[in-house]
Amino acid sequence: MPVSGVSYLPILIFLAVAILFPVVSLLLARVVRPSNYSRAKMDPYECGVETQGEPRQRYSIHYYVIAVLFVVFDVETIFLFPWAVKYRALGLFGFVEMLVFLAILVIGYLYAWKKGALEWV
Amino acid sequence: MIRVLPYGMLPLAPILVLALTAASVLLLVSLFRKSGREAGILALVGTLMAGAITIRFLQLGLFLRRVSGALVLDRFALLFSLLFLATAAVTILASISFVIGEGKDLGEYFVLILTSVLGMILMASSENLLVIFLGLEILSLSLYTLAGFTRDREKSVEAALKYFLLGAFSTAFILYGVALLYGATRSIDLQGIVRVFSVPLDAAIDSRAFVGMGLVLVGFAFKVGAVPFHFWIPDVYQGAPTPVAGFMAAGTKTAALAMILRVFLVGFQGPRVVASWVSILTLLAIATMTVGNVVALAQTNIKRMLAYSSVAHAGYLMVGVIVSSDRGSRQGALSAIAYYLAGYIFMNLGAFTVVSLLGRRAAEEEEGYSLYDYSGLARRQPVLAALMTAFMLSLTGIPPMAGFLGKFFLFRAAVDGRFYLLAIVGVLNSVIGACYYLRVVVHMYMKEASTAEPGPTLTVSETLSLAACLFFTLYLGLLPRGFLEMARSLL
Repeated sequence: MPVSGVSYLPILIFLAVAILFPVVSLLLARVVRPSNYSRAKMDPYECGVETQGEPRQRYSIHYYVIAVLFVVFDVETIFLFPWAVKYRALGLFGFVEMLVFLAILVIGYLYAWKKGALEWV
Repeated sequence: MIRVLPYGMLPLAPILVLALTAASVLLLVSLFRKSGREAGILALVGTLMAGAITIRFLQLGLFLRRVSGALVLDRFALLFSLLFLATAAVTILASISFVIGEGKDLGEYFVLILTSVLGMILMASSENLLVIFLGLEILSLSLYTLAGFTRDREKSVEAALKYFLLGAFSTAFILYGVALLYGATRSIDLQGIVRVFSVPLDAAIDSRAFVGMGLVLVGFAFKVGAVPFHFWIPDVYQGAPTPVAGFMAAGTKTAALAMILRVFLVGFQGPRVVASWVSILTLLAIATMTVGNVVALAQTNIKRMLAYSSVAHAGYLMVGVIVSSDRGSRQGALSAIAYYLAGYIFMNLGAFTVVSLLGRRAAEEEEGYSLYDYSGLARRQPVLAALMTAFMLSLTGIPPMAGFLGKFFLFRAAVDGRFYLLAIVGVLNSVIGACYYLRVVVHMYMKEASTAEPGPTLTVSETLSLAACLFFTLYLGLLPRGFLEMARSLL
């Protein structure tokens, strides 16, 4: 029976180092550094032109719809590519399967189109 | 060399019919701009067709062991598919007026019902943990959307968000558990997992397998609504549109139970493994029955009461799961569970449909769902009050109804398998259950009405759905043999 756990030891060491490194260096810096606070130092870092108005605005829901449609067709390409590479090996079965897959996507696309997801208002 | 749908693939027909119907309904409402009524009727026709094919396959014994390692269409799968399709058919009938009445007339509602049933069927008909997971996700994503279907109501959106967050969280548990099980057994197939688990009591099993099983158990307990993981149920059922809440209570519970039975009874077998999950499930079952019933006593909102009642029923059903861990009593326990679920689906959907009808007229969200709105209902709406009484009696477990025989078979299986403690706790809890179910009846028949406004008028589809619920609740209770014949030798 393989002794499980030994192969994870480097990850454990890495984890310990990753936690200790920032903690130790921050604590060390706190001890060593001089501390002169001023008002300007407390400001959040900012550059460029002063902002106009409220930055948290509501985005049009259309961005999300378009993004979802994009993801759908992005994923479609991921499936199409290996099929195209192995086209001969998969033969007619693969061809029909891919047609079924595309048909389902086209139905979804038609639905989105007819519901006005592609019209920008 | 056409191998597209070989004859051996014929058992896939119900699934394919359902998928095609879902796609057609989607095209119907978008491309042809038909109303919710037409969409609902097409969805109903597709569901009934799939159901008829499933019944025929069950009668003919047309099963398929394995479809490319992904699907197992055995008697268990077909019987549960039938239960899901029945749930969908009744829900569609009960929802047509609701969908039109919401003012937006969105036929997409029915597409989501169909896809969620598709997910349920996948969950019940696979021995591959990834395919089961896929089915669970198809079901869950459809249900998250359905819970928030009335999106201009704050409560509905809140329910959808809560359901989504907790659902996704519990799904992560299941997925991590599956990953650990794969690491321990080198298989995501239940047959492969059980080969590793089938070792004598003193042999070593990779400890990651137990962690994986525990995580899967937690995820499943979330989905079925077992007690330490039940907090989402009342909030979601209360906020979701009432027909959707009924669909979730009946359909999701059945699907989660099918998944639990398949995974635990096929995959997690072997002397050491069974002992480990039976002890945990026993605690969960006792807690679920007791907490569900006791907390339901304190509810004055009828949707919350039904939600806690569904938690309690999940507890009774888990007794069945535990009893079926014993090989000698497995067949009896499994057919008892199937029978219980069949009865539960109809009485529960019936109760939710009545609640939905009475709540529909209410302008404010809370109004119409309080227990006090049912005061004096017998005088205003004698038919609805009588129907509600029938469903409440069945949920309590009073003889001519299916609820009685369901509990009887379940607890008899527990006694036969010598799980006396569970049987005693179950029977005691049924007594507690009687208090809050019968309180509704008391309010309807023995209290003065708070308002004099006439109740809702029933449409044809609602009448049909209520009639179907009442018919099957009585039919299963009076003539159980036909169904028990179909439910023999599962798994």
